[in-house]
Amino acid sequence: MSLTSAIPGNLAAEDTQHLAIVFEDVALAFDDIVVLDGVSFELKRGETKAIFGIAGAGKTMILKLALGLIKPDRGHIWVLGHDVTEMREEDLFELRRKIGMVFQESALFDSMTVRDNVAFRLIEEGDVPGDELDKRVREVLRFVELERTIDMLPSELSGGMRRRVSIARAIITQPEVILYDSPTGGLDPITSTTIVQLIVKQRDVYKTSSLLVTHRLQDAFTMATSYFDTKTNEMKPIQPGSNIDVKTSFLILRDGKIILDGEAADLTATKDEYIKEYIA
Amino acid sequence: MELISPVDIAKQMVMAVQDYSQLAARSLSNVFRRPRYVADTLVQMDQVGVGSLPIVVLTGFFTGAVLALQGSNTLDRFGSLSLIGQLVSISMVRELGPVLTSLMVAGRNSSGMASELGSMKVTEQIDAMRALGTDPSKKLVTPRVLSTVTMLFFLTMISDLVGLSGGAMVSTLMLGLNSNQYWSKAWQSLVWQDVTMGLTKPIIFGFILSTIGCYYGLSTKGGTQGVGKATTQAVVAASVLILVVDFFWTRLLMTMIGS
Repeated sequence: MSLTSAIPGNLAAEDTQHLAIVFEDVALAFDDIVVLDGVSFELKRGETKAIFGIAGAGKTMILKLALGLIKPDRGHIWVLGHDVTEMREEDLFELRRKIGMVFQESALFDSMTVRDNVAFRLIEEGDVPGDELDKRVREVLRFVELERTIDMLPSELSGGMRRRVSIARAIITQPEVILYDSPTGGLDPITSTTIVQLIVKQRDVYKTSSLLVTHRLQDAFTMATSYFDTKTNEMKPIQPGSNIDVKTSFLILRDGKIILDGEAADLTATKDEYIKEYIA
Repeated sequence: MELISPVDIAKQMVMAVQDYSQLAARSLSNVFRRPRYVADTLVQMDQVGVGSLPIVVLTGFFTGAVLALQGSNTLDRFGSLSLIGQLVSISMVRELGPVLTSLMVAGRNSSGMASELGSMKVTEQIDAMRALGTDPSKKLVTPRVLSTVTMLFFLTMISDLVGLSGGAMVSTLMLGLNSNQYWSKAWQSLVWQDVTMGLTKPIIFGFILSTIGCYYGLSTKGGTQGVGKATTQAVVAASVLILVVDFFWTRLLMTMIGS
């Protein structure tokens, strides 16, 4: 476990090649409001890191910074070995094709059908024939159990269904990194569990690295204590004594700084009063 | 209400001009870069061109008609009513055709672009597009600019022709002029300087109204209220800019190619 900043300064690009995402002393402020202040952490390849914090703690900003959608005021961010803080917007588009993002409000294109939303990346890449495209869209919609909605518009779907379509859109090209922004926020417990199961499935079946912003501690604990059984096609709890490593860690933000970066055991064993209150 | 210092206002204005200039420049440079969105451009051409046709035809027709009606009063005093064809054709082709068509298309399409892109901005669809590796300036802005510039050029020609027809109708049915006389005067009075002036304007105005619409759409902030504000600002800014640029472009062309 590491408390607060753990990454040494002045990382070279080659030091970040084996890591999915590295934040090094990142600061961000809007006018006089400090959102992030010297945030440093790393996400290993294949690892899932759940980010917690109260509303306005800068969790979503971490995801947007990682995608290069906004630039930090200070610090460096490496994604798959590329320093996104130094890259031009035109160069970032190529890198973003290796990253999937599930937005908080789904951000589906409301004038396109589910098929066109999910296939957007493949259509843009332009080298996938029509029948292959249709096959891949159906395959990924089957993964999120929404194949029947293929010809529907986003406005015809429920909030949970839109979130699942958003996940399908993010994973259709099997990106190396997925960023989830509150994927279970505002959903009922049953739909939330379905989405957590999808995230666990993506983590365990495809070994995708991911950052997961969430308010729901129980979702992250479920992820840290469960694995996806490909034989039965369902999520199962890890039995005590089992050697299954689900590579899930926790990161807590407070006042723009990281106050915990560790595993589930570190979280439960913490002596920090704020964290104890947070997880209570 | 919080007061903003004049320095901050000046900074915001400079930033806005800088952002607009960057967007306008990128919309042009994207034409030479891949990928090119031909299908999106054709869809926009249909929306801007075919969609604006009824209002452009109506505006052009009644502008030509009222020009003939108003002009006849003055020309009659000097016994030159036969010159009405010349008055209508020069006024329509050089000035009223391009300007009024552009103002109508600005009212219809700058607002449409600002509200469409503004809604996409506030619902994070623009960010989603960037996150999916697609450049919104290539997919959304350039097709709108290209289609508006192209279609406004043809819409202006239609407006000129329909305006002349409106003038012809008033001249023959209400003023009792000979139709052949009207059309021959209208045709003979036009020189290449008039046509150059009249047909370069829609290209410039089309570029202005589409880039302004896209700029206000993409810089929308503050939910649905922000979308409404962006829409209004886009129409106002595009209309004012069209009239201002019209003056300077006319002056420049008069110096360069003669009046």
